[in-house]
Amino acid sequence: MKHNNQPIFTDNDPQNELVTLNLGPTHPATHGVFQNVVQLDGERIVSGVSTIGYIHRAFEKIAEHRPFYQITPLTDRLNYCSSPINNMGWHMTVEKLLNIKTPKRVDYLRVIIMELSRIADHIICNTIIAQDTGATTPFLYFFQFREHIYEIFEEICGARLTTNIGRIGGLERDFNDAAFAKINKFIAAFPKALREFESLLNRNRIFIDRTAGVAEVTQETALSYGWTGPLLRSTGVDYDVRISEPYSSYEDFNFEIPVGTSGDIYDRYLVRNEEMWQSHSLIQQALEKIKSEPKGIFHADVPDFYLPGKEEVYNNMEALIYHFKIVMGEIDAPKAEVYHAVEGGNGELGFYLINDGGRSPYRLHFRRPSFINYSMFAKMSEGMLLSDAIINMSSMNIIAGELDA
Amino acid sequence: MAKATNTELIDLLGEKFGEQLFDVSEPYGLLTFSTTKDRIIDVLTFLKENTIINFNFLTDITAVHYPEKELIAVVYHLHSMVNGIRLRLKVFIHENDPRIASATALWNSANWMERETYDFFGVKFEGHPDLRRILNMDDLGVHPMLKQYPLEDPNRVDKKDEFFGR
Repeated sequence: MKHNNQPIFTDNDPQNELVTLNLGPTHPATHGVFQNVVQLDGERIVSGVSTIGYIHRAFEKIAEHRPFYQITPLTDRLNYCSSPINNMGWHMTVEKLLNIKTPKRVDYLRVIIMELSRIADHIICNTIIAQDTGATTPFLYFFQFREHIYEIFEEICGARLTTNIGRIGGLERDFNDAAFAKINKFIAAFPKALREFESLLNRNRIFIDRTAGVAEVTQETALSYGWTGPLLRSTGVDYDVRISEPYSSYEDFNFEIPVGTSGDIYDRYLVRNEEMWQSHSLIQQALEKIKSEPKGIFHADVPDFYLPGKEEVYNNMEALIYHFKIVMGEIDAPKAEVYHAVEGGNGELGFYLINDGGRSPYRLHFRRPSFINYSMFAKMSEGMLLSDAIINMSSMNIIAGELDA
Repeated sequence: MAKATNTELIDLLGEKFGEQLFDVSEPYGLLTFSTTKDRIIDVLTFLKENTIINFNFLTDITAVHYPEKELIAVVYHLHSMVNGIRLRLKVFIHENDPRIASATALWNSANWMERETYDFFGVKFEGHPDLRRILNMDDLGVHPMLKQYPLEDPNRVDKKDEFFGR
């Protein structure tokens, strides 16, 4: 039987001059479990094949056996660099199915969480581009702001990486004062650091030489390969789910969608940086908006679907009944199918949910942007220098968990 | 451009394809319809290349298995970014003969989506340049998302619907 990971290129090399190199699945330059078998002519890649699936965990199959609220932890592990966006996307999918309208304050709190995780996601990607082009300082210095964001998540939900944040119908608890204090501290300190980060790289000769004009992608190619998110926007297409189909009250906010021109690595870097500025502004706007909303509301009034707090379950008969029903998966969800998309850290994250009235989804499919964005990688590496292909992969921000689901 | 509506779309498609599109519905505002596997590429080509509706973006391809009907539904999600409208297209094929034409000639993104669908459901996309498994190992032998393959120990009863009054 022919296996994926064997060298397979022999037909275009009559003199046997080319070298087959097995890059990955555990290679320090690939930041994740990726395998690419590339055929090299000197330092130039002639052709390549991507093999994926090394951390495939069959989430879609597992989801067919779990009640809705137990699927949230699975979504944590898709794009684990911005788990809260996945969590919120899943909650909003179920809320769409159940026709739950969340209060404005919940929407704004969710916007804060999602934009914080977008910043965390982009920090990872952009500092790693810098790291791979040889600049260690941004990685070591700017990365601490990701830590600050994780501290905020810890204050909100108790977890840092796999957050399981929020519940169907709202959030599991209100932000406490410490969380708001940490968010305000972050908001105050972040612009200075981001400016410093930009001043380290934006006009840096070495950085520009390594990234500008490398791995250029046209709009047509990007659309044909199904690119979304910052990658697509770096080619100049102004598609963003937050604008085209606003969810979680994004229509109330005033923000811009940065676009690039050539789709090269430098443009992707610039687009992500600008998105961090926009996210920063969105968080400020949300904090401002929350002030005029009624205090203490952190979930919709839907006792049939929203898990009640422990205190209530122990002391209140009604809450106990609802708790039992929800935990046993006995909620009355309409028999229907729903597709809901959110703007994830690296593209349109879609949830296609088919419910047949059972305890668990009949079918749940994740439209995973990393998976779809990555399909172009081997093709676009052809003719590229090996070192350029490495930073190209970093700039695509492919997260192995989301790639393999 | 202003957002197109589902009604406009239904009119346009009805005029072109008539009876070949059926089961039209709009769950949660997303226009959904089915077609046959003989017509799928024609429909997709029309949707993609028609300059008025311009569904230039393939969001997703996946499949759903309905063992009691012995059918597999291949589900396409398309998106017209210009008109700001989405569409869901289904093709029901028999589970014993899961063959359908490949959309790789229309969108490059269909390549990996179809490989994933093949890997998990065994749907054979005819005309696909490289139809291999993608996430599972090559010698797995089965297509694991089909409903006949249980997730866990089939003797476990604590997760079965009938024990919860369903």
